Amino acid sequence: MKLLSVPLSTLKPGEKSNVVHLDVLGLLRRRILDLGIVPGTVLTCIGKAPAGDPIAYLIRGTVIALRSEDACLIAVEQV
Amino acid sequence: MKLKLGDHSNALQYHSRVMREQFGIRTTGEQYVIALAGNPNVGKSTVFNALTGLHQHTGNWPGKTVDNAQGNYSYRNKSFLLVDLPGTYSLLAHSVEEEIARDFICFGQPDATIVVLDATSLERNLNLALQVMEISSKVIICVNLIDEARKKKLSINFDELEKELGVPIVPTAARNREGLADLQKAVYSMVVEKKKTWPKQIPYSEEVEQAISALLPKVEELSLARVVNPKWLALRLLDSDVSFIETISRYSAIQPLRTVASQRQGGEFTL
Amino acid sequence: MSTLNPPDPLLKIYSDTESVRSSSGIPIADRVVTDIFAYTEKLTQRVVIREEGLQSSWKDNIDKFVISRVFGYPLMLLLLGAVFWLTIAGANVPSAMIASVLFAFQDVLTHWFQLVQAPAWLHGVLVLGMYRTLAWVTAVMLPPMAIFFPLFTLLEDLGYLPRVVFNLDNMFKKANACGKQCLTMCMGFGCNAAGVVSARIIDSPRERLIAILTNNFVPCNGRFPTLIAIASIFMASTLFLSQSLLAAGMITLIVLLGIGFTFVVSWALSKTILKGEPSSVVLELPPYRLPKVGAVFYRSLIDRTIFVLRRALVVAAPAGALTWILANVYIGDVSVIASIAGVLDPIAKAIGLDGFILMAFILGLPANEIVVPVLLMSYLATGQLTEFDSLFELKKILLANGWTWLTAFNTMLFALLHWPCATTLLSMYKETGSKKWTFMGFMIPTVIAFSVCFIVAQVVYFLGLV
Ligand SMILES: Nc1nc2c(ncn2[C@@H]2O[C@H](COP(=O)(O)OP(=O)(O)OP(=O)(O)O)[C@@H](O)[C@H]2O)c(=O)[nH]1
Ligand SMILES: [Mg+2]
Repeated sequence: MKLLSVPLSTLKPGEKSNVVHLDVLGLLRRRILDLGIVPGTVLTCIGKAPAGDPIAYLIRGTVIALRSEDACLIAVEQV
Repeated sequence: MKLKLGDHSNALQYHSRVMREQFGIRTTGEQYVIALAGNPNVGKSTVFNALTGLHQHTGNWPGKTVDNAQGNYSYRNKSFLLVDLPGTYSLLAHSVEEEIARDFICFGQPDATIVVLDATSLERNLNLALQVMEISSKVIICVNLIDEARKKKLSINFDELEKELGVPIVPTAARNREGLADLQKAVYSMVVEKKKTWPKQIPYSEEVEQAISALLPKVEELSLARVVNPKWLALRLLDSDVSFIETISRYSAIQPLRTVASQRQGGEFTL
Repeated sequence: MSTLNPPDPLLKIYSDTESVRSSSGIPIADRVVTDIFAYTEKLTQRVVIREEGLQSSWKDNIDKFVISRVFGYPLMLLLLGAVFWLTIAGANVPSAMIASVLFAFQDVLTHWFQLVQAPAWLHGVLVLGMYRTLAWVTAVMLPPMAIFFPLFTLLEDLGYLPRVVFNLDNMFKKANACGKQCLTMCMGFGCNAAGVVSARIIDSPRERLIAILTNNFVPCNGRFPTLIAIASIFMASTLFLSQSLLAAGMITLIVLLGIGFTFVVSWALSKTILKGEPSSVVLELPPYRLPKVGAVFYRSLIDRTIFVLRRALVVAAPAGALTWILANVYIGDVSVIASIAGVLDPIAKAIGLDGFILMAFILGLPANEIVVPVLLMSYLATGQLTEFDSLFELKKILLANGWTWLTAFNTMLFALLHWPCATTLLSMYKETGSKKWTFMGFMIPTVIAFSVCFIVAQVVYFLGLV
């Protein structure tokens, strides 16, 4: 079954989603994995910085902020 | 009876010293070296300060400590050298300060490693603990910030956790000096009394195990595999980037006898 | 049995396994991490129980303001200003107290020297040179720093700093740099050398270098009190605003200017010698934690006092002795110090300073703390600075030596922007391992300080404002 996925950066504050796929490469991929962002992980968007970027997400009980360009590379499906 | 690491071999003791000096660690006489590892901002420096009476800077943000710091404490007439490390999310991470932490955990030959975890986010913190347990059996897990966990109404079944992970677990609230005596006791039992541990090995999926088995014969031919857990080595060959592999090579060249990864054999390893 | 015998067998296996690592499908590194987290997730579910009855706390709501569109920036500015105001307003009284005690003791010292009929030069070097500088540094530097840092540490322990990074990251992104540079700047307030070292937290080597090269634009412990002292004496109180409020406003502006230069220089570096796109930022926002106020204040106070006093002893005292000698050794009928100042005077005048000020900055290379004491001592070569017990005294001395508001303003600008101290340069060298970048770390601020002060001075002269 093909899932309908959207980039993580499109999530609005309060919305919850499931990671489907990581498009990130190199060092950032390593970091993201180490924080426990793997396919299946539930992410909740918490809020955006005053300038709209970066964006904070709740991940496994901790809050991690990502720049929107990077969040763009994480495909999620809404739950 | 004296049970000091390296008693069984002067050569080993010599090499541990050489190794530690690589990291600027100088022990005086009979001193046990204890590393403090953990994710950033979990209270490693606070534990360090509480035990040594020193005043390393602490602060509520990840990345406050960017270099190794060392300090002494004694417990039951034994002297311990505690090494405060920068925080790191995993052993495969790559900023300068994380590499400092990783290199010491992997190659610094501490007599034991205390992995400090944040009680309020065990799920993520256990990642590093498991990684460290993969390379060393001399791991003590310190679950810090239990006061914060209490405030968040989280209750943790420490007995169950200890049974599952097979290494000593000590709950602490370092800022209030809670649980520190237990931590010192656990360290003492491990390095002085040589209490045994059975560190839980990560249950990998079929695919990963297959990839490891495919690589294992080749890895086991390496001289390095006699001193490093070959499975761990195979895994890192499969998932690390080249710079870490080069680092492993470099350190094993300086210290070919015994890297920390061999401590899984409980220090009874002989070449 | 070195494993580094070429070709390294480990590296050989590594390159042989390239195909496994890059095979299509899910990379093995992902699988490994997924497996670990699948395990920790299950384990945590089993051992962690969420009890009932969790009440929402202030911590859940505070971020609604701290990182909000409306309040985010104003709150930062307000906090910055408030901390500066508390520092300035609070430091006055203890400064005066410490000064009166220390300078009273100077008279006692002098008396003892007279009793044992010590030679005048010995009294000069030890008391008028060394002790007086020590006293000055302690009286002027210690109180503001002993107020500023505890306040700062309180915010730090609360968990405010990562929020500042979160709020400002976008600006750093526009300068093609990393938001965590903010944290290195915060550390720079304490000491630029520490700020430079703390740049290790930045992943990208390019962005890390930018953070290292620009850290100097944050006024450190050694320059901050100088700025405060000058701002305090040249801001007269008005009808509506107290003098300390105005001085705090001035300091806030100066610091904002430093931050502005950080952005501009970071941007310029990314467009020229450190070309590159902004890389990624992964920032953890830890939960707010209520600091142990008493303990934090106590610890931070002790730390700062030790820091300031140590610097005073190690650097300021010897520098004081040296300056006294330079000021009292005559070649012909000018002192050495006056002749050096004379040489520097034309350049200094062009940038709105005078030869003595520029010379004090040059002699301040080992440590910025000594700039003002050296300056005062060279103004008062024969040593009448015995009656120093308030900043008014200082103002009188400065005015007597031809200071105008432009001199004051440009001295502040120059203090903010000029070359890093020797310790910071050494840290730069250690961190970058490169003479070239250390040299750049020296040149960039130096050129900027001279240019900015030159432009300001020339505009003011041209408009006939002084
Ligand atoms: N409530 C509470 N706070 C704590 C405890 N231990 C540490 N802290 C606070 O947590 C923050 C982080 O502590 P540090 O000791 O700096 O953490 P660290 O692990 O050394 O952090 P890095 O050096 O950045 O990796 C500080 O503000 C401490 O005051 C604790 O047991 N309870
Ligand atoms: Mg620390």
